[in-house]
Amino acid sequence: MSEYIAPIRDMQFVLKELAGLEQVAQLPGCEEATPDLVDAVLEEAAKFAEGVLSPLNIPGDQEGAKWHDKAVTMPKGFKEAYQQFSENGWTALACEPEFGGQGLPKVVNACVTEMWKSANHAFSLCPLLTTGAIEALVLAGSDALKATYLEKMVSGEWTGTMNLTEPNAGSDLAAVRSKAEPQGDGTYKIFGQKIFITYGEHDMADNIIHLVLARTPTAPEGVKGISLFVVPKFMVNADGSLGARNDVHCVSIEHKLGIHASPTAVLAFGDNGGAVGYLVGEENRGLEYMFIMMNAARFGVGLEGVADGERAYQRAVTYARDRVQGPDIGVRGGGKVAIINHPDVRRMLMNMRCQVEATRALAYVVGAAHDAAVHHPDPETKKQNQAFVDLMIPVVKGWSTEVGVDVATTGVQVHGGMGFIEETGAAQHLRDVRISTIYEGTTGIQANDLIGRKMAREGGATIKAVIGTIRALDAELAKQSGGKSGEHFAVIRSRLTTGVNALEQAADWIVANYGKDVRAVSVGAVPFLWLFGIVAGGWQMARAALVAQARIDGGDVDAFYVSKIVTARFFADHQLSRAEGLASTVIEGGAGALALEESAF
Amino acid sequence: MKVLVPVKRVVDYNVKVRVKSDGTGVDIANVKMSMNPFDEIAIEEAVRLKEAGTATEVIAVSAGLAGCQETLRTAMAIGADRGILIETDAELQPLAVAKLLKALVDKEQPKLVVLGKQAIDDDANQTGQMLAALLGWPQATFASKVMIAGDKATVTREVDGGLETLEMSLPAIITTDLRLNEPRYATLPNIMKAKKKPLDTVTPDALGVDVAPRLKTLKVAEPAKRQAGVKVADVADLIAKLKNEAKVI
Repeated sequence: MSEYIAPIRDMQFVLKELAGLEQVAQLPGCEEATPDLVDAVLEEAAKFAEGVLSPLNIPGDQEGAKWHDKAVTMPKGFKEAYQQFSENGWTALACEPEFGGQGLPKVVNACVTEMWKSANHAFSLCPLLTTGAIEALVLAGSDALKATYLEKMVSGEWTGTMNLTEPNAGSDLAAVRSKAEPQGDGTYKIFGQKIFITYGEHDMADNIIHLVLARTPTAPEGVKGISLFVVPKFMVNADGSLGARNDVHCVSIEHKLGIHASPTAVLAFGDNGGAVGYLVGEENRGLEYMFIMMNAARFGVGLEGVADGERAYQRAVTYARDRVQGPDIGVRGGGKVAIINHPDVRRMLMNMRCQVEATRALAYVVGAAHDAAVHHPDPETKKQNQAFVDLMIPVVKGWSTEVGVDVATTGVQVHGGMGFIEETGAAQHLRDVRISTIYEGTTGIQANDLIGRKMAREGGATIKAVIGTIRALDAELAKQSGGKSGEHFAVIRSRLTTGVNALEQAADWIVANYGKDVRAVSVGAVPFLWLFGIVAGGWQMARAALVAQARIDGGDVDAFYVSKIVTARFFADHQLSRAEGLASTVIEGGAGALALEESAF
Repeated sequence: MKVLVPVKRVVDYNVKVRVKSDGTGVDIANVKMSMNPFDEIAIEEAVRLKEAGTATEVIAVSAGLAGCQETLRTAMAIGADRGILIETDAELQPLAVAKLLKALVDKEQPKLVVLGKQAIDDDANQTGQMLAALLGWPQATFASKVMIAGDKATVTREVDGGLETLEMSLPAIITTDLRLNEPRYATLPNIMKAKKKPLDTVTPDALGVDVAPRLKTLKVAEPAKRQAGVKVADVADLIAKLKNEAKVI
């Protein structure tokens, strides 16, 4: 059985040589993140992920979280692992020092988050949701709320949740019906039912702090009438100790395709007189605050595509080395060989590898831009980075998770029939990653956000800047086309040029037609998200290849660099080559999708 | 009571090492390095002694290239108070390391030196014993349990026949076996604090130690590939083969 080994080498490469860790460490507030400290953090996080979280992954999937009498029992070992996780300070990594956090940059947090998720996707969701809740409270919570809740949440003693979805309000949050009745003393009574609440109930921590969307009696209809409330599972006394049980109860948990160890709760608020809630920020601005959480959570979910893909890749490689089947193709009279020697298996493994590396590179680069957007002293640079992050979040979320599903399904395919058998573990990665394209906004939602709010609304200004940056790489690629790895670079260069042209053509068309025919343009939203992801991934792989060549030219003999160039070339031939097809789907594909009458389905 | 813990930077246990094509050694360029697992146990034991109030200071020492600083930071993240790097690019053999450590012991005056029983790269299992001899101190190797009371250490050792318990007076040398303890995972705050703990660098010259190798490596080769086995018909057949073919009985 293959166990997870954190891909520290590639993480360090991306951090230092693509995402600019050194520059991040110069930002005010990020000074702690020197390369040697970050190395040490990655090493120790890897030990924890490999030694504590990874061994619980398969047992957690098999046992699953169990509901009984409004309580949830986590699979064996999860409670102890969570206690160790929080005691060792991992929950506090990127949180504000003011509340007990270590204040490390988001890009470093991205690496360790990827490790937690690769090691144990289901486990990782608890700290992910807690971080989201912390961010919302830091942003909009009153001083009293901050003082009561933040320190314990940062330390991991209490966990957090996001309560958005209701039976009739999924992707459409305007339909939220939960009520919040003011009590005249500054508190509210919350009534309603929330579903799909990740870690909405569990036995790993003493208290659970729910952040809940609800409407006050005077609220206007739609998204402008939604407020955000803190609803603790246990009331908190003035001295910080835990008091009475609040009127929020877990009435069941869902039976799911994957992430079995992550309890997905149905929460009933106010069945016994009303759950006490505290308003976060101002009334009717709840959705705005929730979106702050959502951006962080969407980035985190994007990492799940990378993480589950990485784990699926590692398992597939181990199996392909081990499984002997058939002779080498084209070799007569030879003995039987491990399937890793078969060209089609090679293709599958390379496809997995190049997509994992490309999604990782893009995610960390966006993570580093996020740090610059928060901490950079120059307002203009700050603004540019924020615009880049806003544009790329739906791509990191949407594309990386779609890729994650593709990589995990290829992982099953490498195993052949054994991949369809649960015992090999390949299927779990596919089942676990499958949710990532759905929660925190489906791929369709991400793609609509991308083409609408992030592109059409600003006339495509930011994406044009990105296209310009990608084009600027051409001169460097041209220089390498005559060098030792010239053939690889010539291919990377020509595929990237074709890809970026296709991206520009499709982007221009979307910006020009969004106002005129939004239905036809929207049909192309997801294909466009794929197109953007592939070209942006190809851009990062091309940068990676250039850095690798520079290291090789400088006399470095690390085989990692040679592999990187080959992987970038494979990405160019097998992924970037899809760009033109996707662009034509974006531009031409609306008519066929919308021509049939609804009754024809 | 000061406790000195030498830690060695070795090829990570997950790495599959390859012999260099010229047979001069194994290829360690660009492979992942980490702390010798037995030394992690040694650090853990020393830190536990400090937490129990028995030790007052834990000093981690490493000898080798500048990269050993990382290993010392790891030791400090587990809980060592400070680190000393004896920096050299020379090949270090157990006797040279023992002499370097003796020089540091003379300087630091610890009451106890806790070492891993061996390093997973060369498996020499010599440094602790040599250091004890050079210092003229008592030694308890392969420890699976350590108790310190006053000026005495009671150490349970794992020996071929089972367990042996020794009592010795301090100062003394202890080398650790696998079952002594389970090293902790470093906490994030301690990883960050480790960066700020003092780390001094000295050289073999400054310590007045000649580290020139006394042993010469003639050749390093991969172990012979294992031959396929055969199925034996019965016990008599097995015994006959052991007698006549393997010639082991």
